[in-house]
Amino acid sequence: MTSTVALTVARYRPEKESEPTWETYEIPFRKDWVVLDALNHVKDRLDGSLSFRWSCRMGVCGSCGMKVNGTPKLTCATFLSDYLPGPIRVEPLDYFPVVRDLVVDITDFVRKLKQVKPWIIRKEEKALDEGEYLQTPDQLDAYKQFSMCINCMLCYSACPIYGLEPGFIGPAAIALAQRYNMDSRDQGAAERLEILSEPDGIWQCTFVGECTKVCPKHVDPAGAIQQYKLSAATHWVKSLLLPWGTR
Amino acid sequence: MDLFSCDVLIVGGGGAGLRAAIAVAETHPKLRVAVISKVYPMRSHTVSAEGGAAAVIKEQDSLDEHAYDTISGGDWLSDQDAVEAFVREAPQEMLRLEHWGCPWSREPDGHIAVRPFGGMKIERTWFAADKTGFHLLHALFQTTLKYDAIERYDEFFVTKLLVDEGRCQGVVAIELGTGQVRAIAARAVILCTGGCGKVFPFTTNANIKNGDGMALAYRAGAPLKDMEFVQYHPTGLPFTGILITEAARAEGGWLLNKDGYRYLQDYDLGTPTPTPVLRSMELGPRDRLSQCFVKEQEKGRTFEGPYGHYVHLDIRHLGEKLIDRKIPFVRELCLKYVGIDPVHEMIPVRPVVHYMMGGIHTDILGATALPGLYAAGEAACVSINGANRLGSNSLTEILVFGARAGKAAAAFALEQAAMSPSLVAQAHDEHRRLEERFLRKSGGKEKIATLRAEMHQIMEESAGIYRTETALKEATGRLKRLQERFDDLSLDDDSYTFNTELPAALELSYMLDVAQAIVQSALERRESRGSHQRSDFPQRDDERFLAHSLAYRAEDAYPRIEYRPVTITRWPPGKRVYGR
Repeated sequence: MTSTVALTVARYRPEKESEPTWETYEIPFRKDWVVLDALNHVKDRLDGSLSFRWSCRMGVCGSCGMKVNGTPKLTCATFLSDYLPGPIRVEPLDYFPVVRDLVVDITDFVRKLKQVKPWIIRKEEKALDEGEYLQTPDQLDAYKQFSMCINCMLCYSACPIYGLEPGFIGPAAIALAQRYNMDSRDQGAAERLEILSEPDGIWQCTFVGECTKVCPKHVDPAGAIQQYKLSAATHWVKSLLLPWGTR
Repeated sequence: MDLFSCDVLIVGGGGAGLRAAIAVAETHPKLRVAVISKVYPMRSHTVSAEGGAAAVIKEQDSLDEHAYDTISGGDWLSDQDAVEAFVREAPQEMLRLEHWGCPWSREPDGHIAVRPFGGMKIERTWFAADKTGFHLLHALFQTTLKYDAIERYDEFFVTKLLVDEGRCQGVVAIELGTGQVRAIAARAVILCTGGCGKVFPFTTNANIKNGDGMALAYRAGAPLKDMEFVQYHPTGLPFTGILITEAARAEGGWLLNKDGYRYLQDYDLGTPTPTPVLRSMELGPRDRLSQCFVKEQEKGRTFEGPYGHYVHLDIRHLGEKLIDRKIPFVRELCLKYVGIDPVHEMIPVRPVVHYMMGGIHTDILGATALPGLYAAGEAACVSINGANRLGSNSLTEILVFGARAGKAAAAFALEQAAMSPSLVAQAHDEHRRLEERFLRKSGGKEKIATLRAEMHQIMEESAGIYRTETALKEATGRLKRLQERFDDLSLDDDSYTFNTELPAALELSYMLDVAQAIVQSALERRESRGSHQRSDFPQRDDERFLAHSLAYRAEDAYPRIEYRPVTITRWPPGKRVYGR
């Protein structure tokens, strides 16, 4: 049984250095430790100045996305034992500006999230005293998968298009738009389509599919984008044939 | 220093905070409302809630039944006027979430589905599979995005409340990205910062749950109420403390000791039946179930593992189909973190610190004792939860009382004149404190991790499931010494850009304050009620303690404890009966 493992961590302290550097720490190996536990061991015992985000440690808050040996991962759900004998390389996610050490700036995503109007849009709202909108289990299943996104940013970090075209609205935001489009309570698909069919919208995606591969929650953003392209194309054809309205 | 301002400032972007923000935006669209949080709102701990949210919607149910379950579950320490308001407003709040897109699980005909839950006599728990908190938080967060009146300060860490002329007028906060210290003035402030599970070593709570808001209010002179009431959830995974939802038992899971015996039948919780019976056996309340575990351990009937004693939660008989449809996250978590498939294997579980019934004392509208300061959610204590919260009441509570606090704070804000000129000077003083005490300090010897570990040990030894005078008394002294040692803290990180060590130090200081309030309140409550069990005072004592404790902070002394009566409307104190 290995007793220790080397953790090589990307460091970047903009007040002290102009370029990122690497630092290697010797970590006790425990079979139930995840990479995040190792980072916390560093922070608590070896170097309190290491910065990274984390919170729930159960794979649902989406804070602790980083690259582990080159692949975007939730570090709270990535076990040291899968990387033996090491060294294990931990870096910030790709394609986001690095703020400090393992912390990246995600304000671009947060802005895009709002752009796709991720809320229920209706021509007329039902009054509360009329009760719930009925939605059968099948209607729920139609969008459920796309509602599971935890905004962990792994898909952006894996998306080569986002890397080349930072304006690209990106996998998670498109999947979320599709989550609302497919919701039987929503009537906002046309409004969202206006945003998503712009140059930075869905057509940028060349269906590389990396987003779906790295998604820790099986949201399948690539599938959402393909679905969306299909409905956008249908919408466009209909608008040619029926210029007075498609709805 | 830049001075930002808004009308209503909400600290914390979890369920209570976001619901409050929407309440302000909807009732007074001209008010500027801001949500400030040390994390992005979707990271808030509401995200981890699993099983569901209670509200009366089915025909066979009634508001009185929900109220009675809540009050008896809380061992008669709940304020009954608050409970009545809570159960009355719960259904409309839940429907609102439905209208905002929350993907509630459904009946075949499209109506909302409900499931049973612990301590509830009728099925009334709405659920979104077993990721209810996650869906509720994301639906709320996404809905806030449509209101232009709601501003956000994401990743700002609040260090102090600004108080002048006897009212709260804003906060001082560190912008984590840059390390800049900012003052944000507001006509009213709402604390929605969640609980403080991280005061204990073994907890379901996220890393961010450090009692920030509780300590901020406490330092500003507002009392903390019923802090001795700490909920242990009976089914956490050993080592990680990850929660296995009560829904696993509501769907029919069994708790078995090492002999494969459903041990709850030995503790006046009913007789075992193959399918779940409401308010019985595995569907008893959390305090009782966690206490049974300790008794079982004392009898030598638990398993012993590398991370302490445990029992088994068996859901194998539910079958793969039901597990995947109703409680898929349980399976996901077990596969990921324990390496077992609960479809085929039993789940090791043990009690784990989960929830604070206590919190910042508020009235039924969410107002604290300090004018201009409001609180809602786990940070607050209204109190509907009394001495023991029932599962699935807390998600509903953050909606009902988040909305109430939002409306009350907005009404208060409308009446306030301009802010006091002294706020900027106060903020400068706070800036200087942060520099001198932490970033530019030299010569300290103590480390955060060391002090935190000692606090954890003290809390586990003294304020666990069973408590004694001796252990609590000793803990008060040990915590006071830890407070003194905190002054000798030394940080490794003196930089401004996304310094995570400075917030960790401030969180530790918040937790030490909260820990003192918990221990002192527990020491002085010489009775057993709900989650507060004193081995040396095993009986409930309504004569002396049918009362809420209020802990006031005292400089360089132990907290001062006062009591206020419980509001009883229609349910006089009675015996808690389960399983018969």
